[in-house]
Parts: sequence; structure tokens; C-alpha cells
Amino acid sequence: MLFVGSYIASWLQEGKMKTKKTFAKIGTTFLWSLLTIITLFPIYWMILVSTRTPVELFGKPDLSPTFFEKVHWKNFTKPFIDGIYSDYLFNSIIVATSNAALVTVLALMATYALSRFKLPGSESIFFWTMTNRMAPPAAFLLPLFLLFSTVFKFGDFTLFDTKIGLILLYCVFNLPFAIWLLKGIIDGIPRELDEAMIVDGANLFTIFRKLIIPLAAPGIAVTSLLSFLFAWNEYLLASTLTSVYARTIPTGLSEFVTTTGTNWGTMAAVALVSMLPALLFLFAVQKHIVAGLTFGAVKG
Amino acid sequence: MLSKNKTGWLLLSPTILILVLAGLVPFFYVLYVGFFQWNPLAVDPSLQFDGFASNYRRLIFDEIFLESIWRSIKFSVVTLSIELTLGFLLALSLLSSFPLKSFFRSVHTLPLVIAPIVVGSIFKLFTVQGLGPLPHILKDYFGYTLNYGLNAEQAFWMIVIMDVWHWTPFVTLTLLAGLSALPQDPYESAKIDGANNFQIFTYITIPMMVPVLIVVIFIRLMDSLKIVDEVWMLTGGGPGYATRFTGIHIWKEVFEKRYYGLGSAMSILYLYITIVICWVLYSVMVARGKNED
Repeated sequence: MLFVGSYIASWLQEGKMKTKKTFAKIGTTFLWSLLTIITLFPIYWMILVSTRTPVELFGKPDLSPTFFEKVHWKNFTKPFIDGIYSDYLFNSIIVATSNAALVTVLALMATYALSRFKLPGSESIFFWTMTNRMAPPAAFLLPLFLLFSTVFKFGDFTLFDTKIGLILLYCVFNLPFAIWLLKGIIDGIPRELDEAMIVDGANLFTIFRKLIIPLAAPGIAVTSLLSFLFAWNEYLLASTLTSVYARTIPTGLSEFVTTTGTNWGTMAAVALVSMLPALLFLFAVQKHIVAGLTFGAVKG
Repeated sequence: MLSKNKTGWLLLSPTILILVLAGLVPFFYVLYVGFFQWNPLAVDPSLQFDGFASNYRRLIFDEIFLESIWRSIKFSVVTLSIELTLGFLLALSLLSSFPLKSFFRSVHTLPLVIAPIVVGSIFKLFTVQGLGPLPHILKDYFGYTLNYGLNAEQAFWMIVIMDVWHWTPFVTLTLLAGLSALPQDPYESAKIDGANNFQIFTYITIPMMVPVLIVVIFIRLMDSLKIVDEVWMLTGGGPGYATRFTGIHIWKEVFEKRYYGLGSAMSILYLYITIVICWVLYSVMVARGKNED
């Protein structure tokens, strides 16, 4: 906190002397190093735990890194090869990928309609989509559970505990975000280009293929990556609306809480694996994460 | 023109269909169920009408539920103020240049993309008695016993710390994006007029940042009012009722006790309170923004 203070102080009466500026620079760097340690230390510990045997984890925490040959691979093989977690992982991949694809296609269509056509009430529709993203999911757990298990019934088929149910459901929070994000991008493509193509006799499909998709490609990529991530990370709805066949990896992770005598090493390994997409996509989405999380209201 | 509009609606229809089926229908369904007594495990597992709005009447005197709402609001206000202060300072610091800046920024982005449930696990592993390094460090160097499994106060603040760890980066990066996009002219003329940095900050930076601040406060408030995953993983709502936020309370009433009717009424009230809080906040901030123009 001393350094925050010194930083503010030096910032408030902007460096009259060069030494002061250097001091501020050192202070800022120190502060950010400290923050980085605070951010990374719990993650580092999780990685350590995932490499250790239960006996090694007993007693005083040992913070030294584990050597590669000493890694307790059983933490990973037990849940993912011998156990059910490979199924969870597979479900997560299917659900998140399909949801991202579906959301991107639907959002592209919807955004194009909202951007190019003067539909009566389209402004209200635009804002209504937003309320879906903002509503607390806990308030919808019960009705969704009942609808999924008893009301939306097609013969013997219910949406409860199916991947397709989750894929459709995740649209509720991903579609609004995708529409808001793409709206700014598609609004930025000049209308004259569409009109010129229509004059040339192009149909809607050609406009999408030759104009909208190529020009909005970076935005589309970010939208689908973030949709994937949000779907991958979702827990509450997945845990309520699945029981056996469509469980995703976050629900599997939460199962460690209830079991007595938690196997910490396995839990850390599962947590680490469920974090992997986030780590992989971090650099791809880093520049756009702000636009993504603020629905394009603030550009990154 | 008609056919053109038809194309537009056709493009919109799948989106509207999904949002109606998974957003609006559940809302009206829960509104309907909220007017009945319904426990599928009871002797009579059907919906029973027990006087108009009886569930709501019960809820008004349900202390545990009211406390959970109060707790959620307190939690949201506390985390929002910490994250906003910290995030603003960090965003300002990122405007200057210093060594390794982009590396620090990347690391700072990391918590944003991690799933809440994983954040809960990370903190569980880090802070749980007998395993985590944090209780050991606090015990050995500060003589402080951290055991949020038993200490209600500690449990609440542990969740606050976890939320700050998870979401301060969002505030920082959003505010940074806003700050970097500010026009430079007002700053230059203020400097020519001899304003000091504090004056520049209060009279130029803050007013110009109001739109971005509204977005940040709005999103953070909405998200922290609906917190469930991390808390569920870390404390399970305990000890006692110490970290039982409204979302967790509803989950427990509905899926552990099977109070479908009462749970529905809670859901509706919860939704209503969330909307009201955000609406009030939004109008206040828009009104303030207008006054300052």
C-alpha cells in the first residue's frame, strides 16, 4: 500500500524533477510485480497440488516446484482415463463448440436484420435481448428444470440431461452478447456496399458470403471464441439440467465438494484441465475481452 | 418493402424463438408457479392454491430469505467499491509507460477468462485448512488463524477477496479502454490554464469517464448480485448462513427442500429486486450525467 500511496503522490504533482518520474516508474513496476504474484500464486499452487501424491500434500505446504519426473500423473489419469471425466470433457467440448457455432450463425443473421432493415420494434427487440443476459440464472433454475424435464416433451424425448438442451439454453446468455458485439461491427460496414451488390443481382446468401463475413471476420472470430469460453465456463445451469449423460466438466469439478475426504490432487488436476481453453484463448481474445465483456459498449 | 421486411423477420426469427422459449416462457412459468403451494415430495404432489399471493406473504416474514438479499446487496456494494477504486488506480497507472507493462497486462487479463467454478476451486485449494499455503502463512508470520469453515466473518470476506481477485481486472481493463479513448484537447487547454493534476482528474477525467463508469458499475453490480458458482465451490453457502447469497438460497430451497412454489416466488422477488436496483442506479447516474453537461 505504501507504493500505491507513493504512486498517487507522485502522480498528483506530476514530476517536476526527473528523479521523481523515475521513482514513480520503479514504484509502478514494483506494484505491478506484486499484483502479478498475487494473481499467479494461487494458480501456481493449484498446478503444484495437481502434481503431488496425497502423502506429499500432508503437512506443511511445500512451495518448491515439482520436478517433471516426480509428477504424480495418477491425478490426471485417474479421472480422465479410468474415470468418468473423459466423458465430461467430451460433453463440454461438444456443447461449447456447437453452442459457439450456433450462436455465431444466429447472431450474424439477427444482427444483419437489426442493422440493415427498418423493422418496427427492432430497438425494443435489441434491448430485450440484453435483459436475457442480465437476469440472474438462479431465478430461472426451477422453471427451466420443470420445462426441460416435463413440459418440452417430444414423445419420450425430453431436453433434460441432453447436450442439445444445453446447447440451446446457452444461447440465452450468449446470443445477446454476440448480437451486441456484432452490431457495432456490421453497422460499420457501409450500406452502399450491400446496395451495390443487390443492384448487381446478388441474393442475401451471396451478400453474407462475399461481403459481410469477410469484412466482419475478426469480429466473428472473437464472438465465437468468447461464446465458446462462456459456454465452457457455465456451471449453474449445467449442474441443474443434467444428471448423468450430459454433465460438463464444471459440474464434475463441483462434485469434489460434496465427497468426504476430497482428493485434492485429482481436484486440482481437473480444475487445471478445465482451465486449459481459457489459457489457450487468452492471447487470442486478450485485445477484445473488454469489448466482449461490456457488449461492445467499451471498445478494447 | 414488405418482402424486404419479411426477410428481416425471417433472419431474426430463430433468435427470437430461442429467447422466447428459454427466456420468456420460463419467466411466465415461474410467475405462475409462484402463486401455488407445490412440493413434489409431499403427500399431495400437485399444485395447490392457498389464497392469493400466499407465498409472497410468507416471504415478507422469511428472515433467512430477507437476510440473503441484504447479504447479496452488501456483498455487491463492498466488492464494487473495492474493485472500482483499485481498478481506477491500476488503469491510471497503465496509462504511463514502465518496463514489462504488456506482460503485466496479460497476466492481469488471466482471471477474466477463468470459469467462476474454477476460481472457486483455485481458492479452495489455496485457502482450505490443512492444505492451502495461505492459512499457514498467516499463522506462522502473523499469528492469525484463518478457518472460514468455522468463522462466519472470515467466510464472507474470503468471498469478497476472491471476487476482487477475479473481477478487478475487468474494471481495470474497461476503464483503461475508456481512458485511452478520451480526447486530448481538454487536457491540453486545462494545462495551459494552469490546472494541477488533481483538478484535471476531478473536473475533466471523471466527468468524461461517466459513460464508461456507468457501463462498468452496471455490469459488475448485475454480476455480483447473481453470484453463485464461486461461493458454492468455496464455502457452499456456509458456515451457517454466512455466505448464503440469494442465488444459493433459492437453489437450496428449490432443489434440496423441494419447495417449488415458495422457490418460484423467491425467484420472482429476486428478479424484481435486481431490476429495481439497476433501474434506480441507472436513472441516478443518467440524471447526474445530464446535470454535469
